[in-house]
Amino acid sequence: MQPSRLHPRDLLSEALAGMLQRPARSALTALGTVLGVGTFVAVLGLTATTSSQIDARFNALTATEVTLQDIAREQNEFAGPAFPADADRRIEQLGGVRHAGVYWPVRLAPGTVVRSAPVGDGGGEPVDVTAASPGVLEAAVPTLAQGRLYDEYATRTAQPVAVIGEGAAARLGITTLETRPAVFIGDQPFTVTGIIADTERKADLLMSVVVPRTTAERIWGEPEAGAASMLIATDLGAARQIAHEAPTALRPDHPEYVKAVPPPDPRTLRSGVGGDLDQLFLLLAGICLAIGAVGIANTTLVAVLERTAEIGLRRALGARRRHVSAQFLAESGALGALGGLVGTSLGTVTVVCVAVARDWTPVVHPATVAAAPVIGLVTGVVAGLYPAWRASGIQPVEALRR
Amino acid sequence: MTAPVIEFRGVALTYPGPPPVEALKPCELTVEQGDFVSVTGPSGSGKSTFLNIAGLLDAPTAGTYLLDGIDIGTLREQERTALRGRRIGFVFQSFHLLPHRSARENVLLAMVYNGIPRAERDRRAREALIRVGLGHRVDAPPTRLSGGERQRVAIARALVARPALLLCDEPTGNLDTGNAATVLRLLRELNDDGMTIVVITHDPEVAACGRRTVAIRDGVLTERFVRDGAVTERSA
Repeated sequence: MQPSRLHPRDLLSEALAGMLQRPARSALTALGTVLGVGTFVAVLGLTATTSSQIDARFNALTATEVTLQDIAREQNEFAGPAFPADADRRIEQLGGVRHAGVYWPVRLAPGTVVRSAPVGDGGGEPVDVTAASPGVLEAAVPTLAQGRLYDEYATRTAQPVAVIGEGAAARLGITTLETRPAVFIGDQPFTVTGIIADTERKADLLMSVVVPRTTAERIWGEPEAGAASMLIATDLGAARQIAHEAPTALRPDHPEYVKAVPPPDPRTLRSGVGGDLDQLFLLLAGICLAIGAVGIANTTLVAVLERTAEIGLRRALGARRRHVSAQFLAESGALGALGGLVGTSLGTVTVVCVAVARDWTPVVHPATVAAAPVIGLVTGVVAGLYPAWRASGIQPVEALRR
Repeated sequence: MTAPVIEFRGVALTYPGPPPVEALKPCELTVEQGDFVSVTGPSGSGKSTFLNIAGLLDAPTAGTYLLDGIDIGTLREQERTALRGRRIGFVFQSFHLLPHRSARENVLLAMVYNGIPRAERDRRAREALIRVGLGHRVDAPPTRLSGGERQRVAIARALVARPALLLCDEPTGNLDTGNAATVLRLLRELNDDGMTIVVITHDPEVAACGRRTVAIRDGVLTERFVRDGAVTERSA
């Protein structure tokens, strides 16, 4: 005699029928799994979304920024400044460069004050003076409050002009360019051509008086060894290539005099993200899942007791113990998987809604979406183990007693 | 000559104590193919024990039980289960229909575990329902059927796997007189068509339907022979 069989399709349809017998109860039972899996997907999705936003912010500015440093004196103590006079032009010829410029902080002689009138103490608060070629100002992507930036002509002819940051302007008591104000650095007067309200890079410019590089050289001489740097704004994706090329383009004779600092690799940034908070939320999701599992276990156990007669009948009709346990396992597994699917959908919707509200790009890793229903399924199956075992132990004799 | 459907040789069931309960004392019984046997007795007499043994729901503790010529004692649990599903059709007092499934789906359930191809099942379920006179109520849920109709669905379910034996446990116990008569008439018809039927009942009217009557009292099985109007009893 061939043993009784239960075709997988029959098992599935029996489990489905068992689940749909009491749809409201099944829905409530699945709720725990829905919450658990939903939280899981939402947490992972929101983490991915926010971390990709942080990356985007890094990318937009940092990824297009290359800094060159003058290390000529470290290489050769008799070397002069690393940056040639035509440094801006040399770099701007490279493909992918938007703006480039040399700058350095001007070291003033002790006692030199910066003020907005030829006499007086200038308010006492020190103001930095920065020598910068026009490329630096443009690479910083400034927003001008008033006036304009100085240009190539001012640099070439070493004009006594200055662009000042809004912070510096406030300290110096300059509020408008209508009065053609001047800034006195020591005894040297500089015409203020523009006031910068904000910059995207090099925020220290906001607290500085910025003068053309050539003018600074004429008045205060060449920068100290190692003080000068070069700021290069590049097209997106060009930065690493430019960092590689720039030293040679600047100093074909001594590329080693210049050290290029490329933007950080975004991949190393991404792996650094993922804090304690996410782990806490994942723990909460795990607790939700555990509660969901207990819920499924409880309901399935109640169903087993309720359906004792049905189990007895099935046994009388030729079902083996394993068929009975398989059916209840399949029912609880299907319940878990269904909860997992609904939870995955809700979690994804949550991520998308938050992203839309915050104007972010929603990011949900495919592995998360694929794993979530499986987690629900596993939860359901694990929860069904004990009830299924109980169901298989029911004797048909007792079950069929009226 | 084919083997008898049921052959009890000294079959007995003792529940281990303490104290041990002799639910069924050693007994002999042969049910031939096409027989219609009524098993009667007051409650607690051992009727249920007889049903459980005959229906392979419980194994005897002594003796040999041959079902369709197969010695049950030599079978493993899973083989007994398969035999139960294929050779025995059960009809219960309380019908045991699944309330959320239509008559047809309830009948289909009997073919899920027996290796009957899916393609065949629907046709056979309809045939069985037509056979019991419910061809017009194929898709009705049990809740919209009368008691008699429910029991007929249960009989269709018992028949659909083409068993060798129809084992009925108080089939009219929950039915009014009219419905009971319909169900009994159906059982007689099935028997006339060659189906072997064993009905367990405490109702003398139901018992009278059978061609043979077996009485159980205090675990002792006795066969009554009705011959020429005179009733003789013989201890089995």
